[in-house]
Amino acid sequence: MKTVQKFTLLSLIVLFAAGCNKNANTANDGALGSDAASRVYVKPGSYDEFYAFLSGGFSGQISVYGLPSGRLFRVIPIFSVDPEKGYGFNEETKPMLNTSHGIVPWDDAHHPELSQTNGETDGRWIFINGNNTPRIARVDLTTFETAEIIEIPNSGGNHSSPFTTQNTEYVVAGTRFSVPIPQKDIPIKDYKGNFKGALSFIKVNPETGNMNVEFQVLMPGFDYDLAHSGKGKSDGWTFFTTYNTEEGNSLLEVNASQNDKDFIAAINWKKAEEYIKAGKFREIPANYAHNVYDDKKHSATSTMIKTVRVLIPEECPGLVYFLPTPKSPHGVDVDPTGEYIVGNGKLSTDLTVHAFSKVLKAIEDKNFDGEAYGIPILKMDAIVGGVVKDAGLGPLHTEFDNQGNGYTSMFISSEVVKWKVGTWEILDRVPTYYSIGHLMIPGGDSQKPDGKYMVALNKITKDRFLPTGPELTQSAQLFDITGNKMELLLDFPTIGEPHYAQGIAASKIQSKSLKYYPLAENEHPFAAKAEKDTKVEREGNNVHIYMTTIRSHFAPDNIEGIKVGDKVYFHVTNLEQDWDVPHGFSVMGAQNAELLIMPGQTETLVWEPKQEGVIPFYCTDFCSALHQEMQGYLRVSAKNSNVPIKWSLGE
Amino acid sequence: MKTAFRTMLTMLIGVTLFACNQNSKGATAKGATTEESSQPQGQAAVKDDVSNPNVLQIAIGSASHTTLVAAVQAASLENALVNAGPLTVFAPTNEAFAKLPAGTVEDLLKPENKAALANILKYHVTPGNYSKEFLMKFKKLGQANNGSVEVEIKGGEIYVGGAKIIASIPASNGIIHVVDQVMLPKE
Repeated sequence: MKTVQKFTLLSLIVLFAAGCNKNANTANDGALGSDAASRVYVKPGSYDEFYAFLSGGFSGQISVYGLPSGRLFRVIPIFSVDPEKGYGFNEETKPMLNTSHGIVPWDDAHHPELSQTNGETDGRWIFINGNNTPRIARVDLTTFETAEIIEIPNSGGNHSSPFTTQNTEYVVAGTRFSVPIPQKDIPIKDYKGNFKGALSFIKVNPETGNMNVEFQVLMPGFDYDLAHSGKGKSDGWTFFTTYNTEEGNSLLEVNASQNDKDFIAAINWKKAEEYIKAGKFREIPANYAHNVYDDKKHSATSTMIKTVRVLIPEECPGLVYFLPTPKSPHGVDVDPTGEYIVGNGKLSTDLTVHAFSKVLKAIEDKNFDGEAYGIPILKMDAIVGGVVKDAGLGPLHTEFDNQGNGYTSMFISSEVVKWKVGTWEILDRVPTYYSIGHLMIPGGDSQKPDGKYMVALNKITKDRFLPTGPELTQSAQLFDITGNKMELLLDFPTIGEPHYAQGIAASKIQSKSLKYYPLAENEHPFAAKAEKDTKVEREGNNVHIYMTTIRSHFAPDNIEGIKVGDKVYFHVTNLEQDWDVPHGFSVMGAQNAELLIMPGQTETLVWEPKQEGVIPFYCTDFCSALHQEMQGYLRVSAKNSNVPIKWSLGE
Repeated sequence: MKTAFRTMLTMLIGVTLFACNQNSKGATAKGATTEESSQPQGQAAVKDDVSNPNVLQIAIGSASHTTLVAAVQAASLENALVNAGPLTVFAPTNEAFAKLPAGTVEDLLKPENKAALANILKYHVTPGNYSKEFLMKFKKLGQANNGSVEVEIKGGEIYVGGAKIIASIPASNGIIHVVDQVMLPKE
């Protein structure tokens, strides 16, 4: 002991002496091993081993990082408009944000979920839920752009979503808030029995990725919190945690915590498919938007869908069972074998682990503990496979490595606890800084985890970074989990709230990443695929400018004949066919945003001049040595003027 | 021996820092958190004298809760009490601890009884921020040790697990109810 102290003392002195010569910020690395820096250092020009996709939470975006470096590569706008990229501001992407409530330009995006093939992440798409106005988005991982958004009908808050089945047959969407279905004007106090929770199964087309709401299971009016689908032996089932089985409609912090146990709802979706096939569904009226972006037309379309198929548990025996689980379970996570279903009772200190084989046995033996709304409740004693005792305070979520270990985040005790699947013994615990929510191991919710790194996603950072006023960045913390002890390597700041994340080996995505859109395949109705095709057309008050952009000019760059009160559409096609050469377009007084046009793409900005004059426009993305020369003028004349439409370049 | 060591260390750090004359704040935190494992590491170590005090800061500042604070430190529960929570903490006074049979507190403070001590202390914590009036809505509370505790109203006074609330102090991350008895988990 004494020797250790002496050693520590010596190293401290060395450290402080070193601190004299340079910025002592490096001294703030806690109890890290001295080689942590080299283990996260990806030398300039080298690539990270993993992509990490962190949700932006209330920023409505996904941010893309490299692991282990923590370097930020891209922020993908999904549910939120993004003036930087013109997303939601240009005419092509506005329909992406259409809903039954009209354009909704923001959402709270929680759970990114990579598509899987045979239980393994395949790097094709990443899905994410919008909580507030219930939606699921699909991002294409060749373009890193939002490709599709589908609204979820009959939902009141799309939290338990969009967890995938093992071959991405479905992504799911469980409602957090139960609501009257169909919606109607009734007193809130009539909640009990009148409000229902819809658990939606969104079918994913295996070729195109396109989504449709295949069916919904209309469940009792509980709150459906999180979900995970079975895998391996439990493939064909999806598990949803519930709280508020008390069906309280006010002061839930008291009223939803009265029962010692809530349920995990186990849905047999293969059985559901049989019922659908047999016609045992009801088709009910609905109204929800389905928005698809077309990479050839470079435009999104929004379609309103008017019906949805629902299954009623009472009418479909064997479709749903309730697994009693202590104290308002939050996360429900299935181990890589599919045998164990971990329910993290957030008001408990224990993790309750159900064994899938026991669940099947209890169903077979009709080992029930009564029923709720016609749904059999399995006997808890008959299905519990194990309990991780005294794991920590406020257990939330579990991910798995490839060595048969579980890693559970503890909100209140601010730590990650590592435990052995099967023996339920606690192997290690490590503090996080601070107040961890989700955690992520690349592939950690699939059948094939990459058990090298674990990322803790923290809500609070207080003293971890230089302060920036009342709002501080939230953070991700990277741990090495290859040894017996988890080792903290790196803190890095995040965009918005890094609510949940997914990670994947870079090799599964890197080579498929698109470099440009082939101009020959551009089917945008207003594309000008060569400078000779550029033109300006007037249709009443609407003026369509077919414009091109290439290093380093716009065609045309002098335009006359625009009048006050016109609605001017700049349809700008980027003629470049070279990687990483977008052009920007902006015009003075535009009340939306800029355009940021990828090579081969066409985008449209609407501009409504309100006063006469000569108005400049220019390229905003530093594209070339002559970027500053990339400019043009528009002449705006009085409403009743006779100035003819005229356009030119270099005249 | 340990104390002497600590003093020496502090002096050394002081001297080095004086010589350095820069970035002293970060470096001090480092010295405090890495060397002594008994020191709080985590949110409890965050330096913030400006925000409203949290549950732990209030307890540390209270002359009548020195036994409780010593127990929290012995059980290494500091970080749980500074968490975003919110937390309702039932805080027995020194007198309440003194009511326990002679030797109980001393026994509990022994390292080998750390788990038992932690269990008792967590039995005094409810996840949630419940004022005295609000507590009257409950018949029982779920506690952080996984147990539950009964709430009773007798003669207009509120009792939690048999302990009477004698004062209530709002904290930045919850509320402290000062109680006149140590609440002991049932099993």
